[in-house]
Amino acid sequence: MWKKIVSILIVLILGSAVVFFVFKSEPKLNPNFETESSFFKNSSFRLGLDLSGGSHLIYKADVSGVKAGDITISMDALRDVIERRVNLFGVSEPIVQVQNSGFVSGAEEKLIVDLPGVTDIEKATAMIGQTPLLEFKIEAPAGTPQKATVDKDGKVTLDASSQFVSTELTGRYLQKASLEFDQTTREPRVSLQFDDTGTKLFAQITKENVGKMVAIYLDGAPISIPVVREEIPNGQAVISGSFTPTEGKLLVGRLNSGALPVPISLLSRQTIGATLGSDAVTAGVKAAIIGFLVVALFLILWYRLPGFMAVLALCIYITIMLTLFKLLPVTLTAAGIAGFIISIGIAVDANILIFERLKEELHFERTIANAVSAGFSRAWSSIRDSNTSTIISAIILFWFGTPLIKGFALTLGLGVLISMFSAIMISRIFLSGLIFIGESRVVRFLFSSGFSNQ
Amino acid sequence: MFIIKNKRIFISISIVLVLLSIVSLFVFGFRIGIDFKGGALVEVVYKTNRPAQSDLDAVFKALDFGSVLIQPTGELGYIVKSLDLNEAQHSLLLKTLSQDGKSPLEEKNFNSIGPSVGRELTRKAIIAIVLVSLAIILFIAFAFRKISRPVSSWKYGLMAIVSLLHDVIIPIGLFSILSRFYGAEVDTLFVVAVLTILGLSVSDTIVIFDRIRENLRNKTGNSFGDTVGKSLDQSYMRSIFTSLTVIIVLLSLFFFGPESTKYFALMLTAGMFFGTYSSIFLASPLLVLVEEWQNKK
Repeated sequence: MWKKIVSILIVLILGSAVVFFVFKSEPKLNPNFETESSFFKNSSFRLGLDLSGGSHLIYKADVSGVKAGDITISMDALRDVIERRVNLFGVSEPIVQVQNSGFVSGAEEKLIVDLPGVTDIEKATAMIGQTPLLEFKIEAPAGTPQKATVDKDGKVTLDASSQFVSTELTGRYLQKASLEFDQTTREPRVSLQFDDTGTKLFAQITKENVGKMVAIYLDGAPISIPVVREEIPNGQAVISGSFTPTEGKLLVGRLNSGALPVPISLLSRQTIGATLGSDAVTAGVKAAIIGFLVVALFLILWYRLPGFMAVLALCIYITIMLTLFKLLPVTLTAAGIAGFIISIGIAVDANILIFERLKEELHFERTIANAVSAGFSRAWSSIRDSNTSTIISAIILFWFGTPLIKGFALTLGLGVLISMFSAIMISRIFLSGLIFIGESRVVRFLFSSGFSNQ
Repeated sequence: MFIIKNKRIFISISIVLVLLSIVSLFVFGFRIGIDFKGGALVEVVYKTNRPAQSDLDAVFKALDFGSVLIQPTGELGYIVKSLDLNEAQHSLLLKTLSQDGKSPLEEKNFNSIGPSVGRELTRKAIIAIVLVSLAIILFIAFAFRKISRPVSSWKYGLMAIVSLLHDVIIPIGLFSILSRFYGAEVDTLFVVAVLTILGLSVSDTIVIFDRIRENLRNKTGNSFGDTVGKSLDQSYMRSIFTSLTVIIVLLSLFFFGPESTKYFALMLTAGMFFGTYSSIFLASPLLVLVEEWQNKK
């Protein structure tokens, strides 16, 4: 007897803990949200783009120039570069992911970029596509024909591109760029630190070109043409051009984010306005609450006391699901919310199977206690089998899905799994704990269902 | 026992419904969404008042956009569908819609999908449908491996699959009517709905077959038909109620839920409804019919 009461208490305490967590970590419910610890603050729901508003971009990566074995490496490098660029313009929680080619996903290597809150898609694509190309060029050997143009005022302009020739040294070998200010002139300048290969190349270039000019090109235009005074073996260079501190900072950011290892082109773009997203959230929450209330009403009216226990178990089920969404975290989309709402309906199925069985057992068995335990054990095989097929569908959908489908499959599949647990464990603990209230006619009435009073 | 006695009537109703769905499928067909065929969709809402559709149509004709379809939405909005747009075309489209800034507007939704993404999704959808069907057939065979008398276990599986087809074909037929008259489009969610119906339909049939399995083991009933009839009497209420709770939440999703999942909820509701019908009035009566044919031989 004590054991049963203790298990009920444990379930209730754990249930309240979960409710407490959901309440604390939800800004709309908790008026003191701002002062909560970071654990609660960081556990808000993760909304998909269709709910939060934002941009969804799919790029195709052209890996034709990459060796087959190196594709994964260069795609990962591509993702890192794009991630750094996206972070540069301060998007909160951007998602950049690689979709490798394969039998299912097609022959193309793709990069998927999700930018929550960014609705100016033209600006976003422009920022992502920007490739800072840093090159170091040396003076062309004497005797190279110099192209020059003479304009109508008689002024001679030397074409810089014929004056310099490319070297192997490019932004690829850059380890780090940083912004600093000249000690005397207070002018902003960008200091560069090369990696090992870059350092060797730079040392060689400076050694061979003492007294000559070395041009630093950015995006095909020279930004600084210093004269080399001596060999520089430590791999450090400085670009001092005439730029403002803001321009300097931007240049540093772009240089640090690096060049793209493979060319990309845009395949598909989607933008969802913020109002459309928040309307969908409101509607989804409304549908969930109304659906839950009607199901709860039905359970209590038809199945009486066990029905009420099932509603309690359903409440615990719902908060467990919400907690999982927060902690895993599951990205919620409109389809994901639909999956969750459907799982509320399915979660009750197991309880109904048990209660119908319980009603039958009440006809045969003498005591309510025996009927309850027989009801649970005999209903198990049909609960297990009937849920398995739904789980199969959910797993395959999750495996194949686009993000939209994945959200649905995850919430539905998780829902079915957790609901089996809540129906079998939680309802059972509640019901068997209630048996001590006796065997009177009233109790038997409370345990039966429908229109009968047996 | 009422159901088993009148099994021919109920089976005929199902056959008629399936045939009607197939006919509707061929007569009305589907509108394919841009998820699958590629293309662009722009949804705008005007700040003050919306220009006449004929004016916009005329301007778009003059521009080189291919076919552009403009549909009014809400009080002040339009949905514009076209071939997939690059950045320049997208800006030009918005500029044209705002009549060069004379009618200020807000872009609520923009989606441009290249044809290769659409092809990829089509392939994924087909693979998923095939895999789910195979997995569920295997599961049915596994779930019913133990009963083999008087009807062998693969026949239970076959009946479950027949009712599965029934449960999927009828909602698809309904969808073709929605597609024809209300502009519903076949998109990713349509495929998800079909696959979810596949999963849910079987679960309902299994509840009743599970009961038949138990009654056969306990030797309830004088004949096979009798056993199935008794099993149905014992379990049709729970079969209806388990579906009812799911239908309740689906209807709530349809009436109050987000715009984007409305047709999805409706399709699933139809799937659940006919799934329940088929597990009570189709799958089990068919089993009895098969047994009777066996005996005649």
